[in-house]
Amino acid sequence: MVALPWHKTSPQEDDRSVGAAQTTRTLLGLLVVVSILSLGTGAAGLSVFDAARDLVSGEGLSVRDRVILMDIRLPRLAMGLMIGAALALSGALMQGLFRNPLADPGIVGVGAGAGLGAVLAIVLAGLLPTGLAVLIGAHLVPVAAFLGGWASTLLLYRVATRGGQTSVATMLLAGIALGALAGALTGMLVYMADDRQLRDLTFWNMGSLAGASWSKLAASLPLILPVLLLSPLLARGLNALALGEAQAAHLGIHVETVKRLAILGVAAAAGAAVAVAGGIGFVGIVVPHLLRLATGPDHRYLLPNAALLGASLLVGADMVARVIVSPAELPIGIVTATMGAPVFLWILLKRRGLGGL
Amino acid sequence: MLTVQNLTARLSGRTILQGITMSAHAGTLTAIVGPNGSGKTTLLRALTGDLPYGGAASLNGHELNATHPRKMAAIRAVLAQSTHLAFPFTVAEVVRLGLTASVQMHATDLTARALAEVGLAGYGPRDIQTLSGGEQARVHMARVLVQVWEPVTDNGPRWLFLDEPVAALDIGHQLTVMRITRSYADSGGGVVAVMHDLNLSAMFADRIALMLDGSILSQGRPAEVLTDTNLAQTYGCPVRVNAVPEQGPWLVPQATAI
Repeated sequence: MVALPWHKTSPQEDDRSVGAAQTTRTLLGLLVVVSILSLGTGAAGLSVFDAARDLVSGEGLSVRDRVILMDIRLPRLAMGLMIGAALALSGALMQGLFRNPLADPGIVGVGAGAGLGAVLAIVLAGLLPTGLAVLIGAHLVPVAAFLGGWASTLLLYRVATRGGQTSVATMLLAGIALGALAGALTGMLVYMADDRQLRDLTFWNMGSLAGASWSKLAASLPLILPVLLLSPLLARGLNALALGEAQAAHLGIHVETVKRLAILGVAAAAGAAVAVAGGIGFVGIVVPHLLRLATGPDHRYLLPNAALLGASLLVGADMVARVIVSPAELPIGIVTATMGAPVFLWILLKRRGLGGL
Repeated sequence: MLTVQNLTARLSGRTILQGITMSAHAGTLTAIVGPNGSGKTTLLRALTGDLPYGGAASLNGHELNATHPRKMAAIRAVLAQSTHLAFPFTVAEVVRLGLTASVQMHATDLTARALAEVGLAGYGPRDIQTLSGGEQARVHMARVLVQVWEPVTDNGPRWLFLDEPVAALDIGHQLTVMRITRSYADSGGGVVAVMHDLNLSAMFADRIALMLDGSILSQGRPAEVLTDTNLAQTYGCPVRVNAVPEQGPWLVPQATAI
């Protein structure tokens, strides 16, 4: 019989990690540029360069400029970065979990579930004892959205996964049903709401970063920050999961743990995003897809790069939303859907060609 | 050593495996053969932790359903019958999925060597989804190989569990893969393979377990198991078993007219 050269050496195989690291650096640069541009964009003609010059020359900012920068543009930028990162990351995590590039919280009903949680919190907050309501006040909506997102992700995974394999058709159809159900329940709650609640609901539902404030940011940060920091720990598990649940377990992955954490991560990121910014679709589809084309599907690079690109993309979309019908604003969801829906259709077409559906 | 004592397994409320008792030693290649639906794959799934089972089964002394996946992954690798990858990983990336923390050191090197073993040298940068079925099967074989590259470590022998490793392959690559498994066993590792091809099994295996209706009908050396009577009983068709000196049995299915 042939003896195998178990200890022989041979030349190096290719590696996309170099390109992925390069992409990370480029995306960080993009993030800085977009952030500076965003700080300089707005209805009040305040240039970020003028402000910087005033600061450097020791004059300090005028009260008006300080308010515009510190209380309006900066929290809006911070929230755009945070929500963008959360949306892209929730998409990438969900696609890894479902082993499918078409999974996105906004499309398969998880966003609607999170929305239902948020609406429930807004409408039922009045029933809470005053002391408790003050205590948990700002956190109530994000937490409720997280719980709604968690329940719907869990339900969807149960329905769409059989024997460790996920059916695309079942996932998309179950997502439609889930979205419709959450939408109907949300509609019922809206019908029951009083005038003050209706006003809150309307503002929440506009899907805009216009209401950004430091307090809103503080309320959702505890949900998003752990996902941003801890998601890289799931990368190896999600890579292995691409082979199917049984084969991931053969590679030494504790599959149940990875699944539970990924579902929690999807729910936390999507829930927080929905709670503070309403429904913003397609960032979670477009960003991971573009990155997979550029540097491959390895989640070790995909997850952090998705957070970076998602942040830049949403801040960019927010600038477009503010500028295009200035001095009015377009809901940012319209901008992201205009960019994202064609990409979604394009993926569908390509997969049809591969017989992947 | 793989030890299985009176193992039973059920799938959707139906008993699939009953009273399976077998053992396999490191340094040998065991082929599990039998007709469609006889429970070969179910047995392999029970032995690789995919399926709960009754009775007892242990590998190197670790009870199979009570050992952490990470620990099992360090002593055995599993090749599934077919694998569908969700994303366009490159061939090299797929093979690297088999690397555990213990072998990260020579990662790129090992990947290339494993690919060369299965006849896919230079395929590393290709998108796996663009390869043919047989090529993809060999990529996964390479992935399984890097997971337990050294057949013997300080912690004892390591194992390959393979579900129809040559089913998708042409005759040349069937021999390539069977030679790799034979060589793995000869180097001190253990191999348990579900096989359809009886001649390849006779040619390469040390022991054969012949399954019928969820039980092992006969097990032992190929010449003891692959007999006219056994094969006629399990496969329900006449098979003539001949013998090649020093190679063991080879068989020809008999069409009724002949």
